[in-house]
Amino acid sequence: MMPFRFEWLWSDALVWLLVAGAVGLALYTRVRPHLRAPWARVARSSSGMAAATVLVPFVLVGLLDSLHYRAALPSQDGKVAYATAVRSVLDLALEPLRATREKTYSAPFATHLYTKETVQLPDGREARVYPRLRHGGAHLADPHADRGRDVALRAFRGLAFAVVLWLVVVIGVCAMRARHTAADIESVWRDIWRGRSNVPWRAVFCALGLMGVVIGPVMALAPHYHVLGTDKVGQDVLYQALKSIRTGLVIGTLATLVMLPFALVLGVMAGYFKGRVDDAIQYLYTTLSSIPGVLLIAAAVLMMQVYIENHPELFPSTEIRADVRLLALCVILGVTSWTGLCRLLRGEVLKLREMEYIQAAHAFGVSHWRIMMRHLTPNVMHIVMIALVMDFSGLVLAEAVLSYVGVGVDPSMISFGTMINSARLEMAREPMVWWSLAAAFIFMLTLVLAANLFADSVRDAFDPRLIIEGGRP
Amino acid sequence: MTAYIIRRLIYGALVLVGVNVLTFALFFFVNSPDDVARAQLGAKRVTPEAVEKWKRERGYHKPLFLNEKESGIGRVTETVFFDKSVRLFVFDFGASDQGRNIGYDISTRMWPSLAVQVPAFVIGLAVYITFALLMAFFRATYIDFWGVVLCVLMMSISALFYIIGGQFIFGKLWNLVPISGYDGGFDAIKFLIVPVLIGVISGIGGNARWYRTIFLEEINKDYVRTARAKGLSEVRVLFRHVLQNAMIPILTGVVVVIPLLFMGALITESFFGIPGLGSYTIDAISQQDFAIVRAMVFLGSVLYIIGLILTDISYTLVDPRVRFT
Repeated sequence: MMPFRFEWLWSDALVWLLVAGAVGLALYTRVRPHLRAPWARVARSSSGMAAATVLVPFVLVGLLDSLHYRAALPSQDGKVAYATAVRSVLDLALEPLRATREKTYSAPFATHLYTKETVQLPDGREARVYPRLRHGGAHLADPHADRGRDVALRAFRGLAFAVVLWLVVVIGVCAMRARHTAADIESVWRDIWRGRSNVPWRAVFCALGLMGVVIGPVMALAPHYHVLGTDKVGQDVLYQALKSIRTGLVIGTLATLVMLPFALVLGVMAGYFKGRVDDAIQYLYTTLSSIPGVLLIAAAVLMMQVYIENHPELFPSTEIRADVRLLALCVILGVTSWTGLCRLLRGEVLKLREMEYIQAAHAFGVSHWRIMMRHLTPNVMHIVMIALVMDFSGLVLAEAVLSYVGVGVDPSMISFGTMINSARLEMAREPMVWWSLAAAFIFMLTLVLAANLFADSVRDAFDPRLIIEGGRP
Repeated sequence: MTAYIIRRLIYGALVLVGVNVLTFALFFFVNSPDDVARAQLGAKRVTPEAVEKWKRERGYHKPLFLNEKESGIGRVTETVFFDKSVRLFVFDFGASDQGRNIGYDISTRMWPSLAVQVPAFVIGLAVYITFALLMAFFRATYIDFWGVVLCVLMMSISALFYIIGGQFIFGKLWNLVPISGYDGGFDAIKFLIVPVLIGVISGIGGNARWYRTIFLEEINKDYVRTARAKGLSEVRVLFRHVLQNAMIPILTGVVVVIPLLFMGALITESFFGIPGLGSYTIDAISQQDFAIVRAMVFLGSVLYIIGLILTDISYTLVDPRVRFT
């Protein structure tokens, strides 16, 4: 008997399909030098590599959160029953954060609640006091005297662990480079430190170090304190922020995946066939893009909500409903946003179709389909690649705005948008509850900034115009 | 030129027909009016009479395309499609699902929207272009580098945080202006300053960087080298030659949004309690008032198409070489 059963939500399946696709593409690219060249240029950009280093933990958290399972319940008669609640592997890893619920708001590193409560004193009188938290700092005997020392000690331990780990990684990379280039470790290190290595390891190490300085202490403190406080229902804000990452990543990647076939097929066809086909496709994307984006998305999402409300039998549990809503949102975002890329591709294909190699293909009697597949599509892939990475951060930001407007993800799904939305009301409280907002801000800024920097270096590496003109503008 | 504009107008009308059919399909085919009524009235506990009453009050009781009970022209006009879709073409928006006159609401609510959007647009454009020209002037120096870094940083922050932060700093921390609200006449200024300021600041990152790219593309061209060779100062080269020649790409992005300023800023308005079209749309979405959402979709498309035509006309104004036939 298995202690758990994997539960494949739709978005999980698509996420892992995407991962498989990316791995396949990487293997395909590896052995083809002309495809590898732009990625090698990305690998030589220090901002791009630093950003990629920061993105890795986000992606890992998102992937762990995309493995869902249902735990087996203890059963008497030998029959296997599984819990109704769907959890992810990330939930399992974050069990100390998820399970430690307080009653309501508490500030970061607090040992007491943020609001006063009436409690019964031992001698029978009642008093209005800030009660102790059930979990945050519960191990302290005298929180007022011990907390500062305890926090500092644990943070230092976490930091020391991070530094050791960092040193191991640095020495490991240097040793590998040394074996690879048959030089001694010391000279390899000197080259890296002076920025003379081919791959900018210095930027990677700096990014790793910065992350270690932040993550190490947080990991050491999180089991014992609410590092980013708790929200209205007492849930740990750090847990929410980590759960939000998956929502953002799914929207950022799956929406572009939905958009891609529309943009690619229609764009290449419009540019290649010209004439009537071109007119029809142009009409289609002018019509779609003439509707203000938010309104079109809002209209589609509202209609989807009505559909879900009228067909409750299709959505047996909250998780499944939220998941379907998330997917539908990706589809809607994709369908409404393919016009920009389609226009770019059409323009590029219009230019390419007049080139000699296409005319030669015509002369040899190659079919339209084959010309589009073999000769045109591979030659516009750099535009597709640039659009893919450039759109990602915009979609993550859009999710927050849409959730605020009320047409984003399901309210039961943790996302940056729902976090901000509920934190907005807390700003008006006296005294103010600021940590939910701060947490969403920090996580979103880090994710979007890293994505933007990475996208920039990808664009610089893939855009042939910039390469011919001698690097970045 | 006139013939060209007339052709563009006809094309615009065709696009509007497409938008209309699309929204109609979205609002009446994905869910039938009965489904919408059931969802609005509260799931399953609803009687057929209540659904019928709801539909009748809002004019959804007629057949979708063809009314068999009527005769003559009434067969076509006494339908949901005619009432809710065709009438939009003469800007007859009808009543909202709550029973208010949408046309009247739009005509009163567009002024506060314009009061926020127009200053934000004009000041914003001036600020972005100035910043971009400065970065282009100091190109390949540390000023340019850190300028770009700042731009990337600023465009990585969600618009929501600019609004929340601005409201908090100006309204709550410094107590300079009221946190939210609106007033007619000159009293409106104290309510407008922060929304306008936030509108400008939140756009700096993306826009300044975008204009910088445009200017840098121009700056490597031969006529700029010629201008420098003539001995013109760098400032003169930038402002007289580069800026003028960069007008076409700038206009492409700018003119099309001018008519859309009417639509207001969705989130800013609802945060600051400004009774404009943006907060109107948000309220409609949260109350699920589909009549208003349909009206706003149509209005937005009309304004976008006007923007596209204006863009074409503006090309001929800045570049005498551009001619449309």
